[in-house]
Amino acid sequence: MIEARTFEITNRLGIHARVAAKIVETAHRFQAEITLEKDGVEVNGRSILGILTLYCPQGSRLTIRVEGVDAEEAIAAFARLIEEKFGET
Amino acid sequence: MADDDLKKTFVMKGIGVSPGIVIGKAYLFDRLDAQVPFYKLSDPGLVTGEIRRFRKALRESEKQLLELKNRLGDLGGGMEPLYIIDVHIMIMRDRKFIDLTLQNIREMCVNAEWAVRMTVDKYREIFDRMEDDYLRGRISDIQYAGQRILANLVGKERAAIELGEGIVIIAADLSPADTAQLKIDKVLGFATDIGGKTSHTAIIARSIAIPAVVGMENITRAVRTNDEIIIDGSAGVAIVHPDPEVRKRYEEKKRLYEKAQDDLLDYAGLPAVTKDHYRVEIGGNIEFIEEIPSAILHGADGIGLYRTEFIYINRERLPDEEDHLAHYRSVVGVKGLSWATIRTFDLGGDKFFPDMKPSRELNPQLGLRAIRFCLKEVELFKIQLRAILRASVQGKLRIMFPMISGIEEIRAAKRIFTDVKNELLARGTELGTEIEIGIMIEVPSAVIIAEELAKEVDFFSIGTNDLIQYVLAIDRINERVTYLYEPLHPAVLRLIKQVVDIGHRAGIRVAMCGEMAGEPAYTMILLGLGLDELSMNPLAIPRVKKIIRGATLKESKTLLNKVMTFSSTTEIRAFVEAAMRKRFPEEFLANGQ
Repeated sequence: MIEARTFEITNRLGIHARVAAKIVETAHRFQAEITLEKDGVEVNGRSILGILTLYCPQGSRLTIRVEGVDAEEAIAAFARLIEEKFGET
Repeated sequence: MADDDLKKTFVMKGIGVSPGIVIGKAYLFDRLDAQVPFYKLSDPGLVTGEIRRFRKALRESEKQLLELKNRLGDLGGGMEPLYIIDVHIMIMRDRKFIDLTLQNIREMCVNAEWAVRMTVDKYREIFDRMEDDYLRGRISDIQYAGQRILANLVGKERAAIELGEGIVIIAADLSPADTAQLKIDKVLGFATDIGGKTSHTAIIARSIAIPAVVGMENITRAVRTNDEIIIDGSAGVAIVHPDPEVRKRYEEKKRLYEKAQDDLLDYAGLPAVTKDHYRVEIGGNIEFIEEIPSAILHGADGIGLYRTEFIYINRERLPDEEDHLAHYRSVVGVKGLSWATIRTFDLGGDKFFPDMKPSRELNPQLGLRAIRFCLKEVELFKIQLRAILRASVQGKLRIMFPMISGIEEIRAAKRIFTDVKNELLARGTELGTEIEIGIMIEVPSAVIIAEELAKEVDFFSIGTNDLIQYVLAIDRINERVTYLYEPLHPAVLRLIKQVVDIGHRAGIRVAMCGEMAGEPAYTMILLGLGLDELSMNPLAIPRVKKIIRGATLKESKTLLNKVMTFSSTTEIRAFVEAAMRKRFPEEFLANGQ
């Protein structure tokens, strides 16, 4: 099963280390392959350095693609995380 | 990231502060990893061992972080620090991070430390390109993780940096302590972001005769460890990833430069006498006793400035009298040198002191330093003076007090000196008979009251580096104003003339020991000014001697008289450069100076 959605990053600081860590933690909760894509560059959703080097300041558009048995739950979890601005402002 | 793009040749410009050409590998120096050895593996068979060391260091680092996290967790105190620890653990577990490092070990055949360093550098380069300040700053987490791994790789027993052969040090700036920590004999050259002609990096580079370019603004961002790099310290350029043709051209330049140096050495042993028989004494400026052989080789008549700062720097504890004495005994009465001028404690300012924690000064150049500090910390001062005096039995000694700004200071210093001398004599210590006392003329007020000061001392030595910066109000390590640093400024020349004239009227010797003394373009001007001694970096001596021996005092005075009629630096510089080019075409055209 493949799920893909594009999100806008709205928290003020963008995807910094702590946020990237939350994404990695979330990714580890699922079996699915998780790929983050921005401006044509793809990185592994379990690599904190991959996510950081993707460079997502506030306003970036980030596409998350999930492939695997629990893809639906995974994409929902990411949607929630991003909508909650990763618990930030 | 396209690696091919990064291998393109590019040139960076700065200020050439120590001449010569070298071709080597860049090594990005920062203080944090000052303890780490970096080397190429001598045998590909060692790769497996390095990989094992890296993996072990990763495991240990992670374990330490988990322990730290547990400890902090027990203490309570919010979630923030715990998060950061998680981030660092995640970085250490990151597949890319690990793979890149393993790849570095295998393909570059370097030790694990160097491989980790290259990985961190690679990320730093990616982060440096980010526009957002906050996100760009996250490189610090990767650096932190890298440092933690390096610490585990190295263990704790290392004291000095061990470098591979053929390394060019790239740094933001190098402090005295940084350079003391480097195994300098392995370093080919320096290139730094900040600094000027008289910054510490420049002085060190000249004293150990390796090329250096400073004030390059962002070379630490543009260059990565292990990049191939050419440093041309004469022209003030660095060439990164030189293509084969550029490299070949520079190998040729290097060969020519070194040959020219050899030719100049012919002048080293000759006296500094003009064609019309005017003799100038030539001093060598040194800061390590190890430089004495080089001073003799390059033709110094004596030691004109022994900077004693390094006796204090980079030590566990303050040096005692015996530590001092061991140094001074190596300087005073050396065979082949007629005298030694020892400058007392000149710390503060851009130097520093690891043991004592002086209160932070906003403007250290104008702060509590040099003689001011000595007169406040009299007991420290006495230790140094006692040791200097005890060494005097070996030969002709000149003691020089730095940064004198008023008559009270020299009187107070002399009083302390006399007390120490009397104590030693009372103890029956044998002292030398040829001891002279002098002062550095480097504060403008000292020039103005030079007549009174001359009555107190046996000699003056003009410290042009500080004098110029104080007179022209320039922070000499601020590269935005280095263009104002100008030895040929009419105000500077007039002050020097005043000091020489007053000194000679009072019958005392006047020396110059600033960087200006070693610049061949100024040699005729200095001859014309009538200085008794020019003291300089030993490497500069042969060339200055060549000029002195090729010139006459008469024409030098004519040149100076003409120069003194100009009102602007621009006119003076143009005139002096044209005159020197005409007079010594080989010297001033060949090296593009």
